[in-house]
Amino acid sequence: MRGNPIQWLLAASLLLSAANLWAQKAPEPVPLGLPPVPILAHNLQTPEKVTLGKKLFNDKRFSSTGEVACANCHEADKALTDGPLQVSEGINKLTGTRNAPTVVNSAYFKTLFWDGRSPSLEDQALHPFVNPVEMGLKNHDPILAIVRSDPDYVQAFKQVYAKTGSAITMTEVTQAIASFERTQISGNSPFDRYYFRGEDSALTASQKRGLDLFVNQGRCVSCHVIEQTQALFTDNRFHNIGVGINAIQKDVPELAGAFLKARITKSEVDVKVLTDKRTSELGRLAVTRRFDDIGSFKTPTLRNVAVTAPYMHDGSLKTLHDVLVHYNNGGVTKEGDPVNDFLSGGIRPLKLTDAELDDLEAFLEALTSPEYAHLLKTGKGGAK
Amino acid sequence: MNEYRSSRRDFIMKSGAAIAASALPVSLVELAFGQAGQNFTFAHISDSHLQHIKGTEFVRNWDRGLIRAVAETNLLTPKPDFVVFGGDLAQLGMKEELDHGAEMLSKLNYKTYHVMGEHDYYLDLGEYWSKLFGPHYHSFDHKGVHFVVLNSILTTDEWTLKRWPTAKQRMSEMAGLDNPNGSPFMVGAKQREWLRKDLEKVDKATPLVVFSHSPIQKIYKGWNFWTDDAEDVQAMLKPFQKATVIYGHVHQIQYNQIDNITYHAVMATAWPWPYPSTYAQAKPNFPKITVPMNRANPFFERDATGWQFIDVKTGRVSVEYNLYNNTNRVVAFNQATGQPEDRDFQNPAKRVQPQTHY
Repeated sequence: MRGNPIQWLLAASLLLSAANLWAQKAPEPVPLGLPPVPILAHNLQTPEKVTLGKKLFNDKRFSSTGEVACANCHEADKALTDGPLQVSEGINKLTGTRNAPTVVNSAYFKTLFWDGRSPSLEDQALHPFVNPVEMGLKNHDPILAIVRSDPDYVQAFKQVYAKTGSAITMTEVTQAIASFERTQISGNSPFDRYYFRGEDSALTASQKRGLDLFVNQGRCVSCHVIEQTQALFTDNRFHNIGVGINAIQKDVPELAGAFLKARITKSEVDVKVLTDKRTSELGRLAVTRRFDDIGSFKTPTLRNVAVTAPYMHDGSLKTLHDVLVHYNNGGVTKEGDPVNDFLSGGIRPLKLTDAELDDLEAFLEALTSPEYAHLLKTGKGGAK
Repeated sequence: MNEYRSSRRDFIMKSGAAIAASALPVSLVELAFGQAGQNFTFAHISDSHLQHIKGTEFVRNWDRGLIRAVAETNLLTPKPDFVVFGGDLAQLGMKEELDHGAEMLSKLNYKTYHVMGEHDYYLDLGEYWSKLFGPHYHSFDHKGVHFVVLNSILTTDEWTLKRWPTAKQRMSEMAGLDNPNGSPFMVGAKQREWLRKDLEKVDKATPLVVFSHSPIQKIYKGWNFWTDDAEDVQAMLKPFQKATVIYGHVHQIQYNQIDNITYHAVMATAWPWPYPSTYAQAKPNFPKITVPMNRANPFFERDATGWQFIDVKTGRVSVEYNLYNNTNRVVAFNQATGQPEDRDFQNPAKRVQPQTHY
């Protein structure tokens, strides 16, 4: 990253001359501002597996209507999300309850889905196929039928896993998808060049003031983490910031009570939270059943946030400005509205001026990686 | 790679633990004592320290702590029979603060009993508090258990009535820690005599639960983790086969066994205090059996605060600490060892570093 090309060549040739064991694991140079990509020991990356994963990711046949692929809601030309949709559209234009998070840099998340109900990209990939408002399959059998018989897939699975026929299971399918997703990382933003490489001119004066607000008076950095050598802009934790829950405050006893008594399984949770808007707003409570998690959702990364509108787990805020106003109000979208009883401790009125909110917005635009910069409408962040 | 693997294992463990251990207390196994159907639970909220700034403005952080405890208590299943508020509702005893607190507590769906704290008392000697919440000390019976509510934060008449030019100064002197102008708490002769008469009529096999604000034991005088006439009160509790004291004031997990008296402290909803044993000037007599609460993570404003769900089981109490941004803990009486013990952490090998590393 920081070395010159000659050093990289040297490093690469050293690795090539090492044992074969090493050749497979040779670390890819990661973009500026990001740590090495965490790879599961049982799912090592290979170029062939990534190519297969990309093909699976884009295959619309893995849905009950033959019209919805993973890529429908994670579009390549929309920074792997589906703006300006507020919540994602599955088969027959059915909608769920949650805004599609970007796949970009999801390789670094410790849990997946807005409520963290999935522990890995491999596990996550299983669920949308069989969710009634996403890809709508009854079970995973139609996917296996295709990958076991389609000549291109037969060839690819043989090459990647040395497996054919019934030896190919959803494990191999989801491992390939996860491997593709782990290649979708992006750093090298103006912020990265300024912060990690000392390029003073990478940020405008307004963006520099925005950075100062981000780490000081705005307190954004408490959850959207920046570290000494890397910045993922997430703490991988869950917080009640007053979105969604605010609308169902008086229903919480009824909803939480009914949900907790039901003792439903993990896959039932998946269906329930995407098909019942009010239950969806209980957030991570659905996963942990702890009071502490009422109305709390995962901290998303802020990388490329200016090109992934709309915002929040329910896509309820259209622009970055709306988001900043919500935080400035101390966890309510409209100033003066009642704060929810379960609000996370760190959320409080910030007393930022309009000019300061503009600086923060300018800073958030500086988190856009070069490969997505063409999606940016400079001046006012958010919409594509 | 290692980091990722371990975090995945972590996830699985946490998911499992969440369902098995720290789920909402809907699955608590209750052992009946006395007559069938007489078993019951109650909730305990304490030390909110609501602080008036000016007009309708109060310190937001303390407000949020109490609001959250009330809202969560209202979600409990099974429903508790009642709630106890353990004192220090106000910060400086002001009418505005007590009214503000009474309004928040009025949202509780349960009958609520109140304990007097020094922050409620030393401005007007509990007069306005009493108008809102009832007598300074009293007793009641509930499903076969005798409950006593003490006012343990009194001190000498000379200190209270003669030493200070203004009530406001008296209040702020008592609100400080390690303050040479302060004075040790006591139950006092008059109330002890009331207690003696109250307990006289109670069968010694009846489970006895005493609520106080300060510990009815001597832990550290400088912070009034202390009641000066503790031994005299203890002597009256000793004849009971099952006696438990539940106290606030210390804003931390403490538990102890003195003879047959079991002690449990409760959390504050406002802020945590450090353990006196971590303070260089203190020579505390800290309960050896207590496994400390985690060191608070300063990134989480509500960490090391919380409230309690208490199961009365066999006449002994089991306290489930509902801790914000942290793992819940359960401290229950162990019949085999005859003392309260933490369900998960009593064994030294099971403890986690934040409980001992300051």
